[in-house]
Amino acid sequence: MPDVTFTVDGNKLTAPAGTLLIEACKSAGIEIPAFCYYPGLSLQAACRMCVVRIEKMPKLQTACTTPVAEGMVVQTETPEIAQARKATLQLLLGNHPLDCPVCDAGGECELQDMTFKYGAADSFYAEPKNHREEQKWSPVVYFDRPRCILCYRCVRMCGEGMDVFALGIQNRGSSSVIAPNVPAQMSPDDLAHVDCEQCGMCIDACPVGALTSGTYRYKTRPWEMNHVATVCTHCGDGCKTTLGVRSTSDGAEIVRGDNRDKSGINGDFLCNKGRYAFDFANSPDRITQPLVRNSSGVLLPVSWEQALEHVGKKLRELRDTRGGKSIGVVGGNRLTNEEAYLLQKFARTVLQTNNIDHHRTADYVSFAQALAGTTGKAASQRDIEKSPAIFIIGGDPTNQNPLTAWNLRSNVRLNKARIYIANTEEIKLRRNAKAFLHVAPFGYSALADLMSGDDSTLESLVQPGTNKQVALDFRAALRAEEEVVVLIGSELRGGDLKKVIEFGTKLPGRKFALLSDYVNSRGAADMGLLPDMLPGYTPITAGSNLATEYNIATEPGLDMLEIFDAAGKGELSALYVVGANPVARFGVDPAALRNTFVVVQEMFLTETAALADVILPAANLYEKSGSVTNSYGDLQQVNKAGDRAGVRTDFEMIVRIADKMGANMRALVPFGKGLHADMGQTRGAQSGEADRHAVWLTANNLEPRLSPFDPMAILDEINRLVPGYSLLRLQLLSGNDQHLSPAAPSDLVQITNRRDLVLPANDGLFTSGTLGRYSAMLADLQQNAASRTAAAEQTAAD
Amino acid sequence: MSTIANTIFSPEMAARFDKLVTIYPVRRSALVPMLLYAQDDLGYVSDAAVAEIALRIEILELDVRNVLSYYSMLRTKPAGKYNVQVCTNISCMLRGGYEILDHCKHKLGIGHKEVTPDGVFSLEEVECIGACCWAPAMQINYDFHDDLTPEKVDVLFQMYKDGQGKDVK
Ligand code: SF4
Ligand code: SF4
Ligand code: SF4
Ligand code: FES
Ligand code: FES
Repeated sequence: MPDVTFTVDGNKLTAPAGTLLIEACKSAGIEIPAFCYYPGLSLQAACRMCVVRIEKMPKLQTACTTPVAEGMVVQTETPEIAQARKATLQLLLGNHPLDCPVCDAGGECELQDMTFKYGAADSFYAEPKNHREEQKWSPVVYFDRPRCILCYRCVRMCGEGMDVFALGIQNRGSSSVIAPNVPAQMSPDDLAHVDCEQCGMCIDACPVGALTSGTYRYKTRPWEMNHVATVCTHCGDGCKTTLGVRSTSDGAEIVRGDNRDKSGINGDFLCNKGRYAFDFANSPDRITQPLVRNSSGVLLPVSWEQALEHVGKKLRELRDTRGGKSIGVVGGNRLTNEEAYLLQKFARTVLQTNNIDHHRTADYVSFAQALAGTTGKAASQRDIEKSPAIFIIGGDPTNQNPLTAWNLRSNVRLNKARIYIANTEEIKLRRNAKAFLHVAPFGYSALADLMSGDDSTLESLVQPGTNKQVALDFRAALRAEEEVVVLIGSELRGGDLKKVIEFGTKLPGRKFALLSDYVNSRGAADMGLLPDMLPGYTPITAGSNLATEYNIATEPGLDMLEIFDAAGKGELSALYVVGANPVARFGVDPAALRNTFVVVQEMFLTETAALADVILPAANLYEKSGSVTNSYGDLQQVNKAGDRAGVRTDFEMIVRIADKMGANMRALVPFGKGLHADMGQTRGAQSGEADRHAVWLTANNLEPRLSPFDPMAILDEINRLVPGYSLLRLQLLSGNDQHLSPAAPSDLVQITNRRDLVLPANDGLFTSGTLGRYSAMLADLQQNAASRTAAAEQTAAD
Repeated sequence: MSTIANTIFSPEMAARFDKLVTIYPVRRSALVPMLLYAQDDLGYVSDAAVAEIALRIEILELDVRNVLSYYSMLRTKPAGKYNVQVCTNISCMLRGGYEILDHCKHKLGIGHKEVTPDGVFSLEEVECIGACCWAPAMQINYDFHDDLTPEKVDVLFQMYKDGQGKDVK
């Protein structure tokens, strides 16, 4: 749109025609107060706080609904306006208790700020205030009615933003009230509730303290916390989350998760897991002392030194006597890239084994291979926000990748994007889709054929009894699109996945993404936690840079299942598990590990940890620094927020074990560059500190990476060696995302007939793998959802 | 024939509703008339009615409740057989509307939005019912009575009690 020029408070401003006055002013640094206006949601004009004087217009006008026009002359702060706003505030405060000193929003409240600014705390109204008790709508959503100023932000957020429509407005005039979708009289406990996705977006949007969060309410004040921007540890979408942290006697406790830092790829969004499910970190069940099994089979606490000494000695002994090939290593999906990289390097170069794997939640190897030799074909999360068309095959973003679903919905709502969905299930997102193709069970292979122009399998593609023309029309519509992001669910893998991508790469304007569970599932694969692939999907057999640099055996190792088979046959001398629970995930028979020396780095006594000979208490993602890569390949920085006395990061533990094994530390972690660093000094949980220190040192041309515990030293190596990871350092360190697309090097031999070991985790809104089991809040929400379903079935049966 | 299986409404009402949703450009425009008819049919808008109306209009029950709670003439609890609605808006107020209301309260022994124990009468104080020229006025179910005096009210109540009043619904 062409630009228009107008005047605000005497300043000449320019903005594209159609821009709302309130937004144009914001861009120019002129703040106009607003309660009901919320960027991205429909306009409401309910609060009248944003009134301004526009020349030649009768009465004051609402800046939140007025588009700028050529020659417009606006005043935003005059005695007349101040008086109008003050009067508005007095009305809004008609029922409001102004209980800021005990309110959760106190210190962060738009109403408090405005009342303060316009001095409207005393009022002419003599009527008694209409007090109502607070209501618990769900384990995470609480409503304090008297504080509500009826701005409708929550109603619109839940309806338009979340497509849930759990909140409404009832009654009229001064008795109007926000109401949830389960009225008291229809609820078994005679209390009103929300039956919804429990995202907490309504709470975040609420400009006052009317909606409050179950995890945070009445716990602390905003100014008593440190606010650390890091990345959510749950699904693979990679939301940036701001953790509010408070010191405790044994570290730092996380009290709140929200998205104050709206700079991330998630903008406004966080789902319930990012917002509430940090509580596992504060769990009393955490292991905080190293445990070693004694000769009578009991796990006993020992000092860190003893534990590491023991592990180092045993691993070296077993490697030297029974050979590296008798050792297995399993990594996790929530490690940082630096940790994952270091783990596989440690396995390959120090333990001398390629028997390394992780729980593969999506087939990133096939994905990378299918994209080999292409550029710009991998989609970023950012593309979902703005691509004019998106084709979703498989998956269920609403439940499994909530940010992706949010971006899709926003894109449809704000940019009129067209979504095409093909799925065996009638997933909720089809409500926002232009076309939905209901694929027959096991029909994805036929769908891949259809997309590549092979109609022979059409029969097995559509649901029995449906007209096949539907599928053909679907394809035709999709082909007519010029620019499409193809979003692939994790159930597609191997040949099918390749078929979909390989055909698509031949068409212009196609980009691809493969969805997965867990924050660094993608990073784990990218970093080579695989028996047959080095980092960057470099086949281990070839004479790549990496293989030369590592100087290792080029024979593929055992995969996850083979490792446990070997254990069963008594051929596995040692198993080193870092942040994973393979015993539960892959149903491993505990007896198989009887004769294996098992070392587990874990937070909790999981099924795997319970079988360990040594348990080393680990820090979680919220307690460390480094980087992670989301399902799309967007790289982001992780910052240390919480802290727990007694635990160490996986990075530090790997380094220490390597040291105890007598490894050449400088070869493992390229630190120091000639300087001699102090190996005995632990930075441990302070590694975040080291990072920042390193930035300063680099900037001043001094020597960074003083210690082998500095993940930045490994980041340097990742940057140097891993194909596709030539990253922008400053972009990372300033907390921004950047899109990487490691594609398998096309000039290298590709291994065919790999075993399909992909096991999608299918975590939903209220589950998150093994970790999720240790979140009390997720357990509450599961129970809450189950009781809602039970109540609904009860009513249906009546 | 009803498009909804197990409708809670009479066959005639169900048929009426089937048609109602087809005569507006958008389906949800049928909401308010449907609520009114449902109230006439059942005496009030029950939870079951809310559920069926939501289904018929293809909106959420929450949406139905949002609209239902907005209008004071829609009830979610049963009223008496004869719902007495006394106007106390300006014209009626000036011509003794409050006396009429007080008289009704006294006579029936109930207050605003209450029902007599025998379920025959219920009482409501309402805003202007469009009979200002003949104020003070009241409405019993859909029947108007105007130019009221306490005496006239007594006669009316007796008439209704004797079953001679029109039970317009
Ligand atoms: S928590 Fe989310 S889904 Fe639930 S009412 Fe609030 S916005 Fe809606
Ligand atoms: S609860 Fe909060 S967001 Fe919702 S209408 Fe009230 S003040 Fe606005
Ligand atoms: S969408 Fe995924 S990354 Fe974002 S908050 Fe939810 S679980 Fe975390
Ligand atoms: S912000 Fe403009 S009317 Fe509320
Ligand atoms: S004021 Fe009573 S009918 Fe109009």
